[in-house]
Amino acid sequence: MSAVTLDEQAAPARADRSRRTPSDALVAGTSHTMLIIWSVIVIVPFCWVLLSSFKTSKEILSSPFTLPAEWSFDNYVSAWTKAGIGTYFFNTVIVVGTALVLVMLLGAMCAYVLARFEFFGRNFIYYSMLGGLTFPVFLVIVPLFFVLQGFGLLNTLPGLILTYVAYALPFTVFFLYAFFKTLPDDVYEAAMMDGAGEWRTFFRIMLPMAAPGMAGVAIFNFLGLWNQFLLPVALNTDRKNYVLTQGMASFSSQAGYNVDFGALFAGVVLTVLPVLVVYLIFQRRIAGTVSTGTFR
Amino acid sequence: MSASVTDATTAGGLPEANPWGAPPRRRRRKLTFDRALFMAVFLGLPVAVFVIFVVIPIGQALFYSLTDWSGFSPVMNVVGLDNYVKLLNDETFLKALRNNALLTLVVPLVTLAAALAIAVVVTTAGPSTGQVRGLNGSGFYRVVSFFPYAVPAIVIGLLWAQVYDPAAGLFNGILTGLGLDGFKDYAWLGEVRAAMPASMFVMIWASIGFYTVLFVAAIKGIPAEIYEAARIDGAGRFRTAISITLPSIRDNVQTAYIYLGILTLDAYVFMAALNPGGGPANSTLTMSQHLMNTAFKKGQFGYATSMGVVLALVTLLFAALIFAIFYFAGGRDKKGEVAR
Repeated sequence: MSAVTLDEQAAPARADRSRRTPSDALVAGTSHTMLIIWSVIVIVPFCWVLLSSFKTSKEILSSPFTLPAEWSFDNYVSAWTKAGIGTYFFNTVIVVGTALVLVMLLGAMCAYVLARFEFFGRNFIYYSMLGGLTFPVFLVIVPLFFVLQGFGLLNTLPGLILTYVAYALPFTVFFLYAFFKTLPDDVYEAAMMDGAGEWRTFFRIMLPMAAPGMAGVAIFNFLGLWNQFLLPVALNTDRKNYVLTQGMASFSSQAGYNVDFGALFAGVVLTVLPVLVVYLIFQRRIAGTVSTGTFR
Repeated sequence: MSASVTDATTAGGLPEANPWGAPPRRRRRKLTFDRALFMAVFLGLPVAVFVIFVVIPIGQALFYSLTDWSGFSPVMNVVGLDNYVKLLNDETFLKALRNNALLTLVVPLVTLAAALAIAVVVTTAGPSTGQVRGLNGSGFYRVVSFFPYAVPAIVIGLLWAQVYDPAAGLFNGILTGLGLDGFKDYAWLGEVRAAMPASMFVMIWASIGFYTVLFVAAIKGIPAEIYEAARIDGAGRFRTAISITLPSIRDNVQTAYIYLGILTLDAYVFMAALNPGGGPANSTLTMSQHLMNTAFKKGQFGYATSMGVVLALVTLLFAALIFAIFYFAGGRDKKGEVAR
């Protein structure tokens, strides 16, 4: 019993039930009521979108509550093909996937050296990265446009990937720094003794040992990169290179009052679903990661 | 999935749970060629990416903000602080600044208060006998609350823009369904009085879950003995929350406040989805939206970057202010621990 227990479904809960006081019941009743109301406020909009995604635009405009006359996937087909959600989805997977691998690798490398080696300027680099964490991206968006243009990377996926990596790097380094700091020196010494070089030690020993931390940070980076909006909007204006978030934004605004509402709702579902699935699978690990690094 | 909500904090193998106990020692090692090459590559690559895409643009931004550069012509005159003087007289920018200030005042306060309340209830508001624990079914509330965080902010904005839709939206549908016919065609995002509160609600709705999970994790770190001692001394649940839980996770609340404040000072994504044009009579226009318009629509890059600099300064000022408030509100006894 070292910490407040969250295992509300755990067996001991049953045993106490008979000894509940009236105030317990009151607190529990009020809390449950509030929390259920809150849950409804969170869930209902999602359900409404899901329901609407099967309706025709005419049905949507006539009443927000009626069930669709027939459950058809036409909206999904037209969102995927006509509105280009399919292409945007594909772009997003490539950009986020590549950026994620790169930022995890570069972040781990950087954090490892910063955490485990003594050298001149170590603290300076570390605190500069921390500073990069708090600076608003808006300050740099204009110069960044021209930096990418200078490299010929403006409006290209590689350009977007590199920018994603650069802006996810401080967060990654910050998190993994704490992790590599706690790895024991003895293991390192032993590896050196056995004749493994620095490279081998890192890739074969240190990196696998940091795997739990890497997984948590990767989940957060995935959510962050998947949701990224400002960078692509400013730096990736070629329609065929659009990522999902900007595709959705332009989809809803381009048609003005003639928006194909059904397809818009279907697009929202298509954007939300993969991330919700990832979240539901990894939600426990997310809860664990949040408590790490940043707040200690 | 909530059948066995295990303690994720310890299961994840986190830094605090260092299985080897003693802190590692770092020592200066002999610099061989192999080691020098290793460090050069391992440090050089990430730092190069960081410098090229983050540090250099920040430096350039500071310079551009002192010029009258349009962005697409080679003509660029250094005009000193003219841009900043112009900003002080830019009614639209000042309106945006006030909107941002309002957002930063209201959104973090409401979000964090609600997140704290939920976190306290799901961790410590269980029965007053036996182990100190949360409400039954709290895993469900935690998971549901977090949902919106997994959805891109722009999509949340689009979703709520539809919910608020005057004619076919869910919100007015519910209100008229309840017999409030006055809301039949009420444009929540189109009325000066309603647009800002409606937008704030969306931001709060989107953020509560993340901070709830955060505070739950922090509360789980508090030793249960403290709660049991308080209970023996006769402290009720409310008293315990105020006197024990809150002070124990004060640093987390402070950091969360700063994070969320930075988010609301930006607020671009939500506002771009809800009110692309800045809302009725600019009632929801933010500095970031004005910046983007000035840079990419009007082609006044120099002027736009000076707005970016002001935004950065306001952000730093805000962070300093929060540090100061938390410092004077009881942090003095913990000198050195307060700031990272």
